[in-house]
Amino acid sequence: MLQIKDLHANIDGTEILKGLSLHIKPGEIHAIMGPNGSGKSTLASVLAGNEDYEITGGSVAFGDKDLLELSTEDRAREGLFLAFQYPVEIPGVSNINFLRTAVNEIREYKGEEPMSAGDFLKLVKERSALVELDGKLANRSVNEGFSGGEKKRNEVFQMAMLEPKLAILDETDSGLDIDALKIVAQGVNAMRSPERSFVVITHYQRLLDYIVPDFVHVLYKGKIVKSGSKELALELEARGYDWIKEEVSA
Amino acid sequence: MAYAGDDELLEHVTGKEYEFGFTTNIESDKAPPGLNEDTIRLISQKKNEPEWLLEWRLDAFRVWSEMVEPEWAHVQYQKPDFQAISYYAAPKKKAQLNSLDEVDPELRRTMEKLGISMEEQKRLSGVAVDFVLDSVSVATSFKEKLGELGIIFCSMSDAVQEHPELVKKYLGSVVPKTDNFYAALNSAVFTDGSFCYIPKGVRCPMELSTYFRINEAGTGQFERTLVIADESSYVSYLEGCTAPSRDENQLHAAVVELIALDHAEIKYSTVQNWYPGDENGKGGVFNFVTKRGICHLRSKISWTQVETGSAITWKYPSCILKGDHSVGEFYSVAVTNKRQQADTGTKMIHIGKNTNSTIISKGISSGYSQNSYRGLVQINKSAKNARNFSQCDSLLMTDHCGAHTFPYIEVKNSSAKVEHEATTSKIGEDQIFYCLQRGINEEKAISLIVNGYAKDVLNKLPMEFAVEAQKLLAISLEGSVG
Ligand SMILES: Nc1ncnc2c1ncn2[C@@H]1O[C@H](COP(=O)(O)OP(=O)(O)OP(=O)(O)O)[C@@H](O)[C@H]1O
Ligand SMILES: [Mg+2]
Repeated sequence: MLQIKDLHANIDGTEILKGLSLHIKPGEIHAIMGPNGSGKSTLASVLAGNEDYEITGGSVAFGDKDLLELSTEDRAREGLFLAFQYPVEIPGVSNINFLRTAVNEIREYKGEEPMSAGDFLKLVKERSALVELDGKLANRSVNEGFSGGEKKRNEVFQMAMLEPKLAILDETDSGLDIDALKIVAQGVNAMRSPERSFVVITHYQRLLDYIVPDFVHVLYKGKIVKSGSKELALELEARGYDWIKEEVSA
Repeated sequence: MAYAGDDELLEHVTGKEYEFGFTTNIESDKAPPGLNEDTIRLISQKKNEPEWLLEWRLDAFRVWSEMVEPEWAHVQYQKPDFQAISYYAAPKKKAQLNSLDEVDPELRRTMEKLGISMEEQKRLSGVAVDFVLDSVSVATSFKEKLGELGIIFCSMSDAVQEHPELVKKYLGSVVPKTDNFYAALNSAVFTDGSFCYIPKGVRCPMELSTYFRINEAGTGQFERTLVIADESSYVSYLEGCTAPSRDENQLHAAVVELIALDHAEIKYSTVQNWYPGDENGKGGVFNFVTKRGICHLRSKISWTQVETGSAITWKYPSCILKGDHSVGEFYSVAVTNKRQQADTGTKMIHIGKNTNSTIISKGISSGYSQNSYRGLVQINKSAKNARNFSQCDSLLMTDHCGAHTFPYIEVKNSSAKVEHEATTSKIGEDQIFYCLQRGINEEKAISLIVNGYAKDVLNKLPMEFAVEAQKLLAISLEGSVG
């Protein structure tokens, strides 16, 4: 599904990713944890195709495609989805219109007919229910005036609508209240399938109680420095990152 | 992100060639270039006008001859040579049409290229189209249906012949013939335009629509529009324009007058897409328009405009709120690209008590263009409890363009409430990235974001027009990739 090898990336001349490798197979859930500023969002941005970053080394295969050769929109159309840590507002553009455009662009890329208005609305209804997104939010401008939690819910709703092969959720749990966290996690779980993989970036082990990962990785100073099973998250919760930092510098 | 830095890409995306740049080849009867009293006599005679109108024109001409072209607007251009312009051109094949099918095939092709095919027009049931080509109307539809209600919708020339009393009473009553340089010129030499009268208590059941088009090379366009809504009547009027591409500048100096009598309402919507000139600002239409409406007791005038074309736009649709409780509205989207210059806005003159005005202006600048909002809110001494709300936003697409706001507020009555808000923002690279990440290409992303930004104004347009306007915004700001 996704094979990252020795990835190096700079922003404004500063190296942020310093030889990162990661292999994700279809259907797997990988959690990425790590201290603030370690490069988690950078990894997500680089994979999504943010041109602020310069790739200075390594490779990324996505299915049978060279991800780094694809434009940002083609990565999305190939099935890569990023739930942003800070979703942007687009005033005056309704969520529905935005998503309809996205859905049909992706379908066109795949050589499919645009979705009929009826089918689309049905899908909206079904998928917004997954994350219990208020119907009113679907008609409002994209993220405009949404609360922090509503924005995150909306990201997962969009993910459910676009049915990606690989979804990267960047701190989707931050800003969610306890009930919302469960709901959003249920939404993600409902979208799990043997073909669909997830990268879940989080600071809290709590989310992983609901979205149970197959692997947990620690990203530190631009590299994956430790990988393990779900238990690693529990250990991090209990002990913090100091012991890992020590291991790295040792 | 690197989008804005990618000048080349942006230029490509925003530099779409003018889509409607083509010329219709219809034989025309054209006056030699030049402007003097004889030219005016010729126009008046060609149009078989009454003596009073000739005198009215000559008066305007004499005053105009003494006037100087104004220079206060934030635009720079080579002043037109008024003696090099031909002031009269009429298609030779002027047919009396009973149905749309009788329209000149050449003209039909033109309309089809504009995306307003006859088929489409018919499907858009309820839209009567008075198509102005080179100053003379050649097709008028739905006239009969309107006639049953006593609505008059015809060319200005016909109105002069058939309804001289209305024309005499109202022509120049809102925009005096010597109001300003361009209005005076128009008054002297106008050749045609549209006339509309809605009788007392009648609600016009369809949008009245006129497509203007500049067709003859070197022919100035001096349209004259007069809309009169009698007491308690309602009308929605649409004006849309496109022009063929040209190397020399084309001058356009129209005058539009609206009269809303007691309890009447006029909605006047414009989509303007004249040839804006090439990358270097060569060619393109000079658009110097005077539009003004007067509101009587409890009446309302709404101006909605989507301005995407012209090399120079100089245009301030205004409302004189004379009657108590009258309402004036101005909703505008002005897009400038390449080397275009727009200086546009409105004037709201509050005279009556409890008068209310709203101004929403959305400027979008791209390329190397200059986009200015200029607005006057004047609350006279008599205008007790007058209210105004103004919002002027500017969106910048590149680092080379300019956006300027010149709000003038004059309040002479202390009970007035005037609010003004203004914002300037750069198109968000993070917004574009967000769209790209959802699989939407850059061109569509810009279109979505810009249309979202302009939504408050586009929403004010009648349905069919709103769709057209959205397409126009997309065309003016993006190009087909590849
Ligand atoms: N333009 C820039 N120039 C230099 N450094 C930058 C720039 N932009 C981001 N960085 C740095 O890159 C590093 C990685 O940031 P990133 O957002 O990927 O961290 P993160 O792991 O997602 O952190 P958090 O847990 O706080 O979300 C940070 O130290 C940040 O300051
Ligand atoms: Mg982050």
